[in-house]
Amino acid sequence: MLPAPFEYHAPHTTEETLELLDQLGDEGKVLAGGQSLIPLLKLRFASPAHLVDVNRVPGLDVIEERDGVLRIGALFRHKAAERSTMLASRYPVIAEAAGQVADPIVRNRGTVGGSLAHADPAGDWGSVMLALDAEFVLQSKSGRRSVKARDFFSGPFSTALQPNELLTEIRIPAAQGRTGGAYLKLERKVGDFATVAVAVHLQMDDGKVRSAGIGLTAVGAQNLKAEQAEAALRGRPLDDAAINEAAELAAAAAEPKADQRGSEAYKRNVVRVFTQRGLRRARERARGGA
Amino acid sequence: MAIETPLKGFVGESIKRKEDDRFIRGKGNYVDDITLPGMLHMAILRSPFAHARIRSIDASAAQALPGVVAVVTGELLAQHKLAWMPTLSGDTQAVLATDKVRFQGQEVACVIATDPYVARDALPLIEVDYEVLPAVVDPHKALQPDAPLIRDEKEGQTSNHIYHWEAGDKAKTEEAFAKADRVVTLETFYPRCHPSPVETCGIVADVNPATGHATLYLTSQAPHAHRTLFAIVAGLPEQNIRIISPDIGGGFGNKVPIYPGYVVATAASLLIGKPVKWVEDRSENLISTGFARDFHMKGEMAVRNDGRILGLRVKLLSDNGAFYADAQPSKVRAGLFHIVTGSYDVPAAHVEADGAYTNKAPGGVAYRCSFRVTEASYLIERLVETAAIELGKDPADLRIKNFIQPDQFPYKSATGFEYDSGQYEKALRLALEKVGYEDLRKEQAEKRKKGELMGIGIASFTEVVGAGPGKHYDIAGLRMFDSAELRVHPTGKAILKLGVRSQGQGHETTFAQIVAEELGIPAADVEVQEGDTDNTPYGLGTYASRSTPVGGAATAVVSRKLRDKAKKIAAHLLEASDEDIEFDHGKFFVRGSPSKSKTIQDVAFAAYTNLPDGMEAGLEGVTYYDPPNFTFPFGTYLVVVDIDRGTGQVKVRRMVAVDDCGVRINPMIVEGQIHGGLAEGFGIAFMQLITFDEEGNCLGSNFTDYLLPTSWETPKFETYETVTPSPHHPIGAKGIGESATVGSPAAFVNAVIDAVGHLGIKNIDMPVTSDKIWTALQAAGAAE
Repeated sequence: MLPAPFEYHAPHTTEETLELLDQLGDEGKVLAGGQSLIPLLKLRFASPAHLVDVNRVPGLDVIEERDGVLRIGALFRHKAAERSTMLASRYPVIAEAAGQVADPIVRNRGTVGGSLAHADPAGDWGSVMLALDAEFVLQSKSGRRSVKARDFFSGPFSTALQPNELLTEIRIPAAQGRTGGAYLKLERKVGDFATVAVAVHLQMDDGKVRSAGIGLTAVGAQNLKAEQAEAALRGRPLDDAAINEAAELAAAAAEPKADQRGSEAYKRNVVRVFTQRGLRRARERARGGA
Repeated sequence: MAIETPLKGFVGESIKRKEDDRFIRGKGNYVDDITLPGMLHMAILRSPFAHARIRSIDASAAQALPGVVAVVTGELLAQHKLAWMPTLSGDTQAVLATDKVRFQGQEVACVIATDPYVARDALPLIEVDYEVLPAVVDPHKALQPDAPLIRDEKEGQTSNHIYHWEAGDKAKTEEAFAKADRVVTLETFYPRCHPSPVETCGIVADVNPATGHATLYLTSQAPHAHRTLFAIVAGLPEQNIRIISPDIGGGFGNKVPIYPGYVVATAASLLIGKPVKWVEDRSENLISTGFARDFHMKGEMAVRNDGRILGLRVKLLSDNGAFYADAQPSKVRAGLFHIVTGSYDVPAAHVEADGAYTNKAPGGVAYRCSFRVTEASYLIERLVETAAIELGKDPADLRIKNFIQPDQFPYKSATGFEYDSGQYEKALRLALEKVGYEDLRKEQAEKRKKGELMGIGIASFTEVVGAGPGKHYDIAGLRMFDSAELRVHPTGKAILKLGVRSQGQGHETTFAQIVAEELGIPAADVEVQEGDTDNTPYGLGTYASRSTPVGGAATAVVSRKLRDKAKKIAAHLLEASDEDIEFDHGKFFVRGSPSKSKTIQDVAFAAYTNLPDGMEAGLEGVTYYDPPNFTFPFGTYLVVVDIDRGTGQVKVRRMVAVDDCGVRINPMIVEGQIHGGLAEGFGIAFMQLITFDEEGNCLGSNFTDYLLPTSWETPKFETYETVTPSPHHPIGAKGIGESATVGSPAAFVNAVIDAVGHLGIKNIDMPVTSDKIWTALQAAGAAE
């Protein structure tokens, strides 16, 4: 690996990190798991003058469900999400997505927060967080703010995150009632970015949909929230008619572009098929099945 | 004789690979591991455009960067007559561009610096003024009269046409087609793919300014041939050039050509007087080094309604990129494509091929393939599948009806090959039995009723490997023989030196086993040396599955030469006459009294201590083996797939591979070769494509876009064997390195077509991606 020259910083506290980011401004880049940033440095597609490695900052890898909120720290790694039994039972969309992020080597190092901040429209976590209606805590030297996932992504590799801010935490409303979820991903090989993926998070009450979250991967300039499809399900029994209607709405919400992975029509169809299959799988899980 | 344990490594024993100890411990020694005192580092500036005139190059800012020693341009090379070099197909190729760039990624200038980072930092400081020209990336368009002329520097070159070549009998083929009940046609494109060895290409060039000796550590599959070519290209005296191919991390044909980086690094070392290292990165390897295939094919098969094949007619158009640099024997133009009649008794065949220049990288290497055999095998096996669908016949039955029969060998093919041996029906029937073919066909029929898509694909391939004979086949004039030198030391241990060069094939084990079989010295006691031109005999190298057919034969022959001498020494020791001495796995004994014996170790010691009067001391020899013919490995691959109608995704449920490579020297290594080749065939069939946009930008320049299958998606392989020895090879071996890459793509694609053929879908070109399948299903009204 032969990157352009850069200066490396390894702060030991959040305060130190925020101070550095404030000083460095546009010149600084946060290094978490490095699974996207390092390849960009290698290819010299990115050449930041300063790298701020946050791996020594304690407490950023937290996972905790308390007071109606699931908190996930920015340094929580894909592999930890894949292995968490709590996530598998209460938030299956997270667990199922985690096992499909890139490949096992990337999952060992890569972080959920880093992936969200990187905001690749073909990244998996954005859709999961949109389906879960998550919000992100952004901290800077001058304070902290929370931004909803739906307001966070603003285009390919661009977010509400300012150069002097650090994404420290993801906050997800705790699962209530009977919960099911699924993440369906079509990839050309293990380790590939998604051609299309669909995240589904379902909360059922009395056989009716209390809330449904649907996130779409790699079919737009950013991860998309299929809000009309979600709304169409709310308060209804999850029968075939409801599922098909939601799937059509999700497909209509997709804005895919043709590329080497497939045509626009193909990708839109996969969104429809995966939304159907994802809702059925989530329904099974909400009923207590696998 | 019963084999004693522990294994001695005789032929047929799956001993562990001797070389793996150092590889799995990270103690291999690759080109990039070489570090010499005072060594400088080179980086290459490449063209961002596919076709552009170079107005000027200003390297002053790069020169001024601290740490930069020199910037080499085409102009500087031209002063030394090194701006252009010959290719392996008799064309010329730019080393560094002087007049124009002709493909994206072409070498324009090189920076030599004190460290590799600085060399890279300097590249964007070189200012090149380009005048962008229209590019052409489609060979059909390249041959149209208004296409931009790519090779305008070549005298007499007025179009982008490179060659026209024919094989077979045109008139006889026309007659066969006139008698046919029907003609089955398939137009298909074998896309550009890339060998992508894990180790990219590189060199450490060390030219000693005082002695003029050049030591080149090189990622080379053919170090001796490369030394000769370096002598010719660079004008260096051949005795002053030493090429060392240290451990090589995969080749697959990619390390057969000589690349511009090698030439510039050598020239730079010569001019500067210090060692220069150049190791390309992954993208450089993918965009500029030897690609494979890129072959447009139209096949027509004349058949009778009963399924008998009467004739075959093929028209080819090869996309050769900007320089015709196919690595192939010099007397052929489309490699050995005329093996296209495959495993079938085709009475008449005719092949016509044309080549075109395009604004794409040059190469045309035989990626794990014996010179375009992969394309030929793919076409005939896809055509047979097409014929089966059109005739409404079972594809296995259709094959059996047309196979060359065992009693027809040696079999003279309609395009001029003489097949050595084969039992094609036996291999096919074994595959059918192992996969449970009849039950699968019943299951398929049931599934079809329910609208589910399942397919069974067959490929019964025949390969042609191990070229010569030398009088018909040469590389750049060098006859395709190969060599082995064997030295047995007084203690009975041996060193075997070879003209070939392993890139992972396991030569250190396999070739030691041939010596073990022929002389009885345990394989563990035979050190195999390769890759250093100063201490190995001349040979043409390792590619096209030629090491075992040619180098392996040389090893057997030289071992037998030594055995003959050893017999004489044994007779002397046993006080018997030469004719009465018998030999069995390392023991010499007097006929009729096996208890009175001498071991090969006794004899080796005597060769230096107690010789018969008048005999020269030592137990050494060298052989240069010119093969009398090719060998023809074959087999049947059988693939079962299920297809998702909603996403077009293919799930390979079963993959049964029956291979016949003649006698297996180390069955475990053979299995390893087959597994690797099947994985590569799977990748080619389903995911790999180096493609270009209209402007000639390469869209497959890294492993995010150019996909290599991993163990995660590669199906489980079920491997079986039949053994039909080659009658002309000293130990009956045929070569196995490439069968699986050659034979498997058609089996995978045939399985997909078998699943959807009844819907009227006749062909989907590789890579058979899920979106292509879904699109075809959608058009046929069968998608979910």
